[in-house]
Amino acid sequence: MHSDVIIAVPTWVLLAYLIAGICFILALRGLSNPESSRRGNLIGMVGMTIAIVTTLATHHIASLPEILVAMVIGGGIGLVIARKIQMTAMPQLVAAFHSLVGLAAVLVGSAAYLNPEAYGIAVRITPIASPSFISIFPQSRVEMGLGVAIGAITFSGSVIAFLKLNGNMSGKPILLPLRHVINLGTLAAILALIAYFTQDQSPLVFGLITALSFAIGFLLIIPIGGADMPVVISMLNSYSGWAAAAMGFTLHNTAMVITGALVGSSGAILSYIMCRAMNRSFISVIAGGFGAVASSGDAAAIDRPYKRGSAEDAAFLMSQADQVIIVPGYGMAVAQAQHAVREMADLLKAKGVTVKYAIHPVAGRMPGHMNVLLAEANVPYDEVFELEDINSEFAQTDVAYVIGANDVTNPAAKNDKSSPIYGMPVLDVEKARTCLFVKRSMGGVGYAGIDNELFYKDNTMMLLGDAKKMTEEIVKALG
Amino acid sequence: MDFISILSIFVLACFVGYYVVWSVTPALHTPLMSVTNAVSSVIVVGALIAAAAAGSPSSKWLGLIAVGLASVNIFGGFAVTQRMLSMYKKRDR
Repeated sequence: MHSDVIIAVPTWVLLAYLIAGICFILALRGLSNPESSRRGNLIGMVGMTIAIVTTLATHHIASLPEILVAMVIGGGIGLVIARKIQMTAMPQLVAAFHSLVGLAAVLVGSAAYLNPEAYGIAVRITPIASPSFISIFPQSRVEMGLGVAIGAITFSGSVIAFLKLNGNMSGKPILLPLRHVINLGTLAAILALIAYFTQDQSPLVFGLITALSFAIGFLLIIPIGGADMPVVISMLNSYSGWAAAAMGFTLHNTAMVITGALVGSSGAILSYIMCRAMNRSFISVIAGGFGAVASSGDAAAIDRPYKRGSAEDAAFLMSQADQVIIVPGYGMAVAQAQHAVREMADLLKAKGVTVKYAIHPVAGRMPGHMNVLLAEANVPYDEVFELEDINSEFAQTDVAYVIGANDVTNPAAKNDKSSPIYGMPVLDVEKARTCLFVKRSMGGVGYAGIDNELFYKDNTMMLLGDAKKMTEEIVKALG
Repeated sequence: MDFISILSIFVLACFVGYYVVWSVTPALHTPLMSVTNAVSSVIVVGALIAAAAAGSPSSKWLGLIAVGLASVNIFGGFAVTQRMLSMYKKRDR
């Protein structure tokens, strides 16, 4: 009496979902090049329209007005946010969007739990001499449990990531005692409950799975510090995909399975790229706590001599150069200095200086963060280079202009085996004839909490001040 | 559809995702995240089924809320991606 209950799906519906899936693949494929990316995005929108219209057309809709109202309200909010959001706030926006996917997965899972017959995943059993009841297929219970668990983790994890990125919560890691024991115990409990769910479909079990999953998402992200956010945000991106895929398994929906798999692997690859760029294992990032331990600090380091320059010195050096490479980091985003940087580059180019930009994969708070900010400031994307493409050029470069980056330029990653960032690929800015390093003050250290040998080199000139103000002063001196 | 067909689709889609995403240029990793976010809102399909079905009012309301949340993501995600992508320009020659 099992399989015959599954609602027969017409072939054209499966085809429509397949086409939607192909549209999403093409949307991602378009991103291989900025020129094709805009068309790719449009194809993605077409795919989503196909998926929604197909679903609405094939189900008996008992509540079309309510559905339209929900879509109009949600869509309106989304469009306003998309239009208003500042480009520097993209990381927190993406985190917020991830949390919505997670929450939607939890709600869909709960709806399927409450009304399984609507999805054809349950059978009504009428035992002799007792009232009939609805029994969800055991396999569907596992899929449902996993989907809700991943969705809940995505939701609470993304909320914490959002609060950290938005500055509502300190970016510092919060370390609970015994956190690894607590986390592993909670994860084991969730898996055990999902297994038990196949035997007992009571609301208590379902509720416990959901509640524990919300808790573990929260616990997993609080110990992770600000600069590890590129990994976290990619990981949550991946989870939002796996959540959609798990719900697709529950509901036997191929569009959700295909899309979930695409998004899941996309996020996983981005996490891997970010981890590699920091030379850290995924496990160590997820375990958290990096940068929490204050550097043992040789006190001698504090009073070391360094060269300090003015905006006029910097303007003079750069206008005399053949080539200048600008190295932006998170500090540029915080100071909103991208427009001033582009102005400076324009003036230099007018003087015949070649200007290029060098981007470290983990510069900023999410993958590609710096590229978007530079694009916003009208920097042509063919002047912007990735680490491996430009690193060999520093040796033939007159001036490296480091603005808001720190750890990603630290030579200790290459030559100090005791350094916590040893082995991380870094930009060889010290090989340039002169390195101009914009920094608020000599006191602060980078995220890794370690001193940067670069500050005290003979060919480094420190430009102490706010990144935006300093760059604007250089612009004035150049003009 | 039986489990093994869905599993086959899932595994093959993972492989497709793997190869497609490696071909994405690092400069577009932020738009990649926002567009994957928008497409993962295809979960709206599940929400629509719940919202449309008669029988359980609580399930319907959960579905409707999920439709609203997913719509924020769909419209917001695609729109913000389009806005970002329109900023990437080549050098004027």
